[in-house]
Amino acid sequence: MEIPEGLFYTKDHEWARLEGKTAYVGITDYAKTSLGDITFVELPKIGEALKQSGFSATVESVKAASDVYAPFSGKVTQVNQELSSHPELVNQSPYEKGYFFAIEISDEAEKAALMDAAAYRKYLEGLS
Amino acid sequence: MQTASGLKKTPLYESHLSLQAKMAPFGGWLMPIQYEGILAEHAHTRQEVSVFDICHMGELILEADPATSSFDRIITQDVVSMPVGLCRYGFMLNEQGGIIDDLIVYRLYDKNWMLVVNAATIASDEGQLYRHLSGGCRLKNASSALGKLDVQGPRSRDVMVKIFGDSIARLGYYNCGEFFLWGERCIVSRTGYTGELGYEVYIPLEKTQRLWDTLLKDRRVKPAGLGSRDTLRLEMGYPLYGQDIDAQHTPLAAGLERFVDFSKDFIGKGALIKEREAGPKERLVYLVSDSRRAPRHGFGIFDGDRRVGTVTSGSFSPSLSAGIAMGYVAGNYQAGNRLFIRDAAVEIPVRVTKKPFYSKTAL
Repeated sequence: MEIPEGLFYTKDHEWARLEGKTAYVGITDYAKTSLGDITFVELPKIGEALKQSGFSATVESVKAASDVYAPFSGKVTQVNQELSSHPELVNQSPYEKGYFFAIEISDEAEKAALMDAAAYRKYLEGLS
Repeated sequence: MQTASGLKKTPLYESHLSLQAKMAPFGGWLMPIQYEGILAEHAHTRQEVSVFDICHMGELILEADPATSSFDRIITQDVVSMPVGLCRYGFMLNEQGGIIDDLIVYRLYDKNWMLVVNAATIASDEGQLYRHLSGGCRLKNASSALGKLDVQGPRSRDVMVKIFGDSIARLGYYNCGEFFLWGERCIVSRTGYTGELGYEVYIPLEKTQRLWDTLLKDRRVKPAGLGSRDTLRLEMGYPLYGQDIDAQHTPLAAGLERFVDFSKDFIGKGALIKEREAGPKERLVYLVSDSRRAPRHGFGIFDGDRRVGTVTSGSFSPSLSAGIAMGYVAGNYQAGNRLFIRDAAVEIPVRVTKKPFYSKTAL
């Protein structure tokens, strides 16, 4: 299970990578493995305001649909358009090419509610 | 074999685990849903050959005298005068015309038939048979003595010839026969649930593992789970019992009257004739989405704002790269009509189409 250092993780298996005020967001290796083949992703709109832990996107696999929650509050500044025709990028590269969107975060202190790589690894061990 | 949760296991359970299959309950059994992934297994079946563990399905063996048996009344197809070596797909109906089960009837010998039925309906099927079979018949549930492997895909004939010998190459579509393997009698039919050239093999339970291993030693063959079995059958528009057809729906509503022989007598015929005269209240339709978003079982089907039906099966279609669905609607919708599939936060524009959703090869 790949859990890169330097990212923030949620209990719902989203990740966020902070670059200044911008957070790139996606789902973790664990999430994409348990979902199976990703066949469809619905992304938020650019400019949309998201709330931490609030609904941000939908991801569908052959068998099921799941909601994706925002790790930080903020305004959507970029969406990964590639995913509309190539959702399999989430399976192939969950932390890079398969990112979902980027937001301009409104409160960096929200990271206190998130886990680092070591804590997330421990959290996953507790799930199995 | 049974698990702590009360789910039954096939003889290949350990093999599935060692292949790192995702397992899930289906019809009272713990079955492999996927190995490598549903999309890869779907594509491999369409392009090469896959083997599916289908040991959960039921096999009932009937011995009866064709001259006096009431067996023919229990099945919507003519199964008593069909030639030995043929299979027919049909239904058992209740008096109201509702579907008790869909099944394939094999005529193995002059006085011997095999009924291949769904795992979850074995008991209700047996009940229907015992209620209506006349004396002098012998019915045996062979489900726990027989393993079943489906070998499906455009190169399945070559794979089967290598194992069973040249004579299997002559087996025609919807034909069945006896073939000997390692001194054991197997029944093989050229049938399947994928829309590809393929075979269904019934083998003594204790030899199932050896056949599975032998098949997988052939580099063209990969294991496939119930996940891809579902996307493969849905692309063909084949119904799944308990989902697309059930005791509340008739073969007419499901558009499956070509598997009903009105020239003979059968249980439920009166109800079907009445329904045919009045026109069915609901009809099963085939819907294809403009997007990759998948309709799901239970979503509503709408004509504008008016709800007209419910999705019974829905999925992403790997071959079409689009969402596809089947569902019952009230109203006479034709291919090309535009409808909507909606759920709480989802709206999927769809158009009515004809089955199969996908077609390619000769079976």
